[in-house]
Amino acid sequence: MNDSDSTSQPRRSTPQPSQNASQHRRDAPALARPTLPLRELVLFGGLAVIVLGVFSMMGPAYATRMLVEASCYAILALGLTIQWGYAGQFNAGIMGFVALGGFSATFFSIPVNHAFWQSDLPARLGWVLLAIIAVVAIVFAITRLDRIGVPKLLRTILAVVAGLIGYLVVVSWLRSVTGDIESQVEFIGGLGLPVWLGWIVGGALAGGIGYVIGHICLGLRSDYLVIATLGIAEIIKAFLKNSDWLTRGTATISPLPWPVPTPGDVGFLSARAFYLAVTVVMIAVIFFLLHRAYHAPWGRMIRAIRDNEVSAAAMGKSINRRRQEIFVFGCILMGVGGAALTSFNGIFDPQGYLPLNHTFLVLVMVILGGPGNNLGTLFGAVLVYVIWIMSGPLALALMHLVTALGGDWFGWQPGNLDSRALQARVFVIGLLILMVLRFAPRGLIPEKVAQHD
Amino acid sequence: MNELIYFFNYVVVAGSVTGCIYAMGAVGVTLIYSILRFAHFAHADMMTLGTFVVLLLTMLFPHAGDALGLPTAIVMLPIGMVFTSLVAVGIDRAFYQPLRAHKVKPIVMVIASLGVTLMLQGLIRLFAGTGAQSLYVDARKEIFRIDIPGVTRPIILTEPQIILFVVTIVAVVGLHLFLTRARLGKAMRAMSDNPDLARASGINTQLIVTLTWVIAGGLATIAGTLLSLDVAFKPDLSFFLLLPIFAAAIVGGVGHPLGAIAGGFLVGFAETLAVFNWSVLLRPIRDSLPSWIELPNNLAIVGTEYKIVVPFFILVAVLIWRPTGIFKGKVI
Repeated sequence: MNDSDSTSQPRRSTPQPSQNASQHRRDAPALARPTLPLRELVLFGGLAVIVLGVFSMMGPAYATRMLVEASCYAILALGLTIQWGYAGQFNAGIMGFVALGGFSATFFSIPVNHAFWQSDLPARLGWVLLAIIAVVAIVFAITRLDRIGVPKLLRTILAVVAGLIGYLVVVSWLRSVTGDIESQVEFIGGLGLPVWLGWIVGGALAGGIGYVIGHICLGLRSDYLVIATLGIAEIIKAFLKNSDWLTRGTATISPLPWPVPTPGDVGFLSARAFYLAVTVVMIAVIFFLLHRAYHAPWGRMIRAIRDNEVSAAAMGKSINRRRQEIFVFGCILMGVGGAALTSFNGIFDPQGYLPLNHTFLVLVMVILGGPGNNLGTLFGAVLVYVIWIMSGPLALALMHLVTALGGDWFGWQPGNLDSRALQARVFVIGLLILMVLRFAPRGLIPEKVAQHD
Repeated sequence: MNELIYFFNYVVVAGSVTGCIYAMGAVGVTLIYSILRFAHFAHADMMTLGTFVVLLLTMLFPHAGDALGLPTAIVMLPIGMVFTSLVAVGIDRAFYQPLRAHKVKPIVMVIASLGVTLMLQGLIRLFAGTGAQSLYVDARKEIFRIDIPGVTRPIILTEPQIILFVVTIVAVVGLHLFLTRARLGKAMRAMSDNPDLARASGINTQLIVTLTWVIAGGLATIAGTLLSLDVAFKPDLSFFLLLPIFAAAIVGGVGHPLGAIAGGFLVGFAETLAVFNWSVLLRPIRDSLPSWIELPNNLAIVGTEYKIVVPFFILVAVLIWRPTGIFKGKVI
């Protein structure tokens, strides 16, 4: 990644040390003969062999499930590759957007809770929502009091006081209503609408959050975006986990409807195959659109901003607007991918969203596959997911071996081997990130940077 | 009066404790930032690592502190600090330095530090499990109750809290003296101002980088151990510590150690005040309020489960209104 960042700037003017030079040499023939993508063919061939191996060893139903999940992860990875690969913005809160998409899919698709809608609770909840809007409007109006000449300090103080009082009133009101919802009807239920509507709205919700975050952070140092996304992801998770009236919290919601016939109707294998067809079509559409966007003037502009912000600004490109766009697009993809993943899993469990599974795994997929290269990202997504799934039993077996040895030699007797085996995989993921950054910073299928001499 | 004591116990003391922890974490983050120019996300896990080492030592020698009359963990703290510092320097040599040598962008360093986070997390939890463990092995936490005449409720302080305050003051004053008086400390500040100029004027930048990791590792161990001494050792705390620490560093102005301390206390107190139930304080005047105001039982601004919203809110507010922080940090 870092090499491709520096491609456009210093390479031609100042001959850098050996690494850049060799990179240059490696690039040149690849562009001279674009007809035979040998590297891609070999890598995808190897991947196909691995997947076929899983099919033959674990049975087709299991392998199809794995492929569906991998394809959902591929959508997440495509979302990250446009943020990180195209534009150099790193999002460390994929988990939050995934959870938001999952919530939306759940909320739209599960059956309507008639007990809730027939009581007086919807009306009370509506009044609270109106009160929230009113408080926001009042605070906003106070900040606009300069039109009648109220000094700035007074305005700030008034806005803060009004906001605080309004917030306390609304929150205590909301607490009583949500408490009643929980005690009388358990939770508000869903809307009973088609699943795909939930997926689209999930994407929109994630995009909305992404817009707000991007609006705050994108003009600043790139580190701030990482911190802010990390924080928002934890907040979204905390909200979904603790809002029992909305999501049943830790009690979880299941089963979730599918957009295709469910296993109960047509059997596991065909149902999963239908689902796979849906996700593959989604990926194909996204892939096509991204491919067009990447090669369009818009994509060139995005890369110009990534590679040399100053000169892009000097060319009159609106840097923050473009960054904002790309960040929101990426978040939308993450929302949609998360919605598809949650629907497939068939259970909405806010505690099941983990930074490791839903943020760092996607990160590894992108940087290993090749950030900025859609094909590489797809490759990375499937490869890493297969390895991830297969490494579970392997790690457990290894843990048994290690603890047997550890027990013999040091008297180390840990309990709960499952969770410890998971931690061993956490370690490996971290090491993998560092190794890729160090030895293959451009991924297995690097982004092809066109050079016009 | 009872309510004021309650306020003191649950806000002033608790806020100072959290503030001390955040301040020491934020100082480490800010120092690393000012020397190496990247946000070090593995800092919270360095805290956990240091604490874990101290915990192991305490379990090995549970009665080492009896002779000095201190908790064993405090006696083991220096060893843990040395170990964590060595690990920090080792991580730098193994993972960060090669990337620096390639002159990667800061954001790539950030991703590398996330990788280090995962490695440390995995390693610690592999051995420690995920449950909470008390650092008081075979010992009892001493609790001091200070009675104030005329009031039924005593002021409550625990032994680790007092140690925490003392150690924080010593560490902060020591660090300040080091940065302003010692030759190496001045070199550190010079390098944070302008690395190229520092190198040109004969400062051994490699030594400064090593020193930065040693200080950061030491402070992280102190903060982590004292936090765990007060509560318990929780291996999965790191992501919840990370946000307040970064918020503190940014509020204080990145690259500004004194600002980080102020920021730490600001975030710590803000958190404590936000989860404090204000209706307790209003109870005495409840009867004199007009009848149309009905005081709800729970007047906390956010519930404890949403504590993490507070540092995030502070972070966002600072980024919007004053991205350089209150003390004008160097870099945005």
